[in-house]
Amino acid sequence: MAINLKQIAGMEAAYVKGHRMCAGCGVAVFVRELFIASKTAGVDVVIANATGCLEVTSSVYPESAWKYPWLHVAFENAPAAISGVERAYYALKAKGKIKDDRKVKFVAIGGDGASFDIGLQSLSGALERGHNILYIAYDNEAYMNTGYQRSSATPLYADTTTAPFGKKIPGKTQTRKDLFAIAVAHGIPYAATVSIYHWNDLITKIQKALTVEGPTFILSLTPCIPGWNMPVGDAVSLAKAAVETGYWPLVEYENGVYKWSSANPKQLKPIEEFLASQKRFAKLLKNPELLEKFKQDVISNYEKYKKLCGVA
Amino acid sequence: MSDGVVSKVSVVRKALTGAQAAAEVMRQVEPDVVAAYPITPQTPIVQEFAQFVADGLVNTEMIQVESEHSALSAVVGAAMSGARAMTATSSQGLALMWEVVAIASSMRLPIVMNIVNRAISAPLNIHCDHSDAMAIRDLGWIMLFSENPQEVYHNNIVAFRIGEHPDVFLPVAVNQDGFITSHCVEAVDVFEDSFVKNFVGEYKAPYNILDFDNPISAGEWAMPSHYFEFRVDMKKAMDRSVGVIEKVFEEFYKETGVKMDFFEAYKTEDAEIVFVVMNSTAGTIRYVVDKLREKGKKVGVIKVRVYRPFVVEKFLELIPSAKFIAVMDRALSIGTTGSPLYQDITSGLFANKRIVLVNDYIYGLGGRDFTDDDAYEMYEHAEYSLKEGISGQIVYVGLNPNLLGR
Repeated sequence: MAINLKQIAGMEAAYVKGHRMCAGCGVAVFVRELFIASKTAGVDVVIANATGCLEVTSSVYPESAWKYPWLHVAFENAPAAISGVERAYYALKAKGKIKDDRKVKFVAIGGDGASFDIGLQSLSGALERGHNILYIAYDNEAYMNTGYQRSSATPLYADTTTAPFGKKIPGKTQTRKDLFAIAVAHGIPYAATVSIYHWNDLITKIQKALTVEGPTFILSLTPCIPGWNMPVGDAVSLAKAAVETGYWPLVEYENGVYKWSSANPKQLKPIEEFLASQKRFAKLLKNPELLEKFKQDVISNYEKYKKLCGVA
Repeated sequence: MSDGVVSKVSVVRKALTGAQAAAEVMRQVEPDVVAAYPITPQTPIVQEFAQFVADGLVNTEMIQVESEHSALSAVVGAAMSGARAMTATSSQGLALMWEVVAIASSMRLPIVMNIVNRAISAPLNIHCDHSDAMAIRDLGWIMLFSENPQEVYHNNIVAFRIGEHPDVFLPVAVNQDGFITSHCVEAVDVFEDSFVKNFVGEYKAPYNILDFDNPISAGEWAMPSHYFEFRVDMKKAMDRSVGVIEKVFEEFYKETGVKMDFFEAYKTEDAEIVFVVMNSTAGTIRYVVDKLREKGKKVGVIKVRVYRPFVVEKFLELIPSAKFIAVMDRALSIGTTGSPLYQDITSGLFANKRIVLVNDYIYGLGGRDFTDDDAYEMYEHAEYSLKEGISGQIVYVGLNPNLLGR
């Protein structure tokens, strides 16, 4: 299912203009790449979208940006809702009420708030039950829809509106929750991390996540312009920097085996290249002691996944 | 049962609990998807049904979810996919799914949910009262109440026809009393499977999210320019459900000889004092009404079967001679004049310019026993209130004042 840019450029969009996302939003880029993956893999999708930026900006009644069947129920229950859709599909198929033979994957998508926090139970339940679903966490590392509040995906010492970097407390004092490890711990057949800059890596992984039978999981770093407090045109370049600095290792997990993506850098660039243009890290950058701890956290996560992938 | 109409349907008499009666309809209807989570005293419904699934007696996809919130969420997903979907719950489970209870009706999904009524925490209590159901009464669900396992069985059958009617498209909650009904075995006349299947028919969803050729976006958000109309549309659907319920009850009667009504009156035509009651306590009150009638008391009782929509005009027609209404609430509204049933009835009386004295008798909270002696005492209080012109009193039946705090 190899693809080239020419092929992508000529494709009809399944997530169309008119949505109300911020100019340059990383999530919008991700969703378009998701549909490229679905079309090139020949798999139709039904989307259950958790409440969040993507949902509110794409579905203002009576309009919709979605050209695929799309469902929103609430914030914390997209995995449960898609479980019901998926079982309904097979039930109706078994009773002869659905006759077509198309390949279908049932996709739930939510931000890090929906995935790491409020919907974690629902996600765990859906993964454990083994539905034929793909769960996508688009991770912009805070509650961006409600105005940049701390989530369990927020990185160490980041400045958010509910864990601000103050004189006494330096922003978030906990490290990121490792949702990828949690997903993998459910014994699912396929999981991967992706970055919107590495479109080829991303699309190939999503193609796989759509075609592998059973529950699959994609964790995407999707930069948020206002939440990361960064220049409007930087979403894709920051997604690139996140990979190049080791902040966001690109990995796959397939049937018990971890795989290190070839898109990972040979040599890591300084973490400052990822941090510098984001004002959420402005105060951290002025504090060498905390910055050192931040770097150690990034490296330990990077090394952990390298080791799991058997890369020296 | 027959009441002049000879049933065309063959019937087998089975010994069933209320929970089993609900599961029996589920077996006969074979919904496409059932998602549920165990909670006392609802558990026997899903256990019983899970066994039907495990034994291959039904062609249903069962989802053993990790919470009630997910149970109803999965059922919403299934229903939005055009499937006939069901769940069941009680008390804390219903409280946990409250968010989705509101969404299910607002998305106009004709889900059928059995609620086995149980008190809500705190203190934790697994026994019967109606606090759980009352907390969802304004969310746009049609709510049927059942006196016994037989009524659980009948209510579940008609529920599909009501909710799935194109004039309605609203979810239906079938209520029964925890333990008292759910766990007690009674004789239940079960119709032949083919009758139930034919009566209920096929569910035809107007839209579904599995139509890839005509993709839709479901569950969008609405700005102030559109939200209001969605709510009023739902209200209008509930209003239209009155006519649909009448027709379904009528058809059910013609087919089976079983009479159902919004309010079921017993000896109220000349009654000056009228009890109003829901679910299992109705039987106790009818017994006491008979005893009081023997003493020449003009007393009757109305059992509420259809609580939402609450058609107060139908209620008023049944109490032409009433001077005093003894409303029996098995839930306690805190911070207002009276509890839910009392509020429905008193506002209806006022709006219809009927002047009748009304007291609110709160009974049976958290499974507190309610006996015929309690009913006689309640009657004496009602009789005294009528004589003295007392109205608007909230009376706690069977309360132990020694256990109260300050």
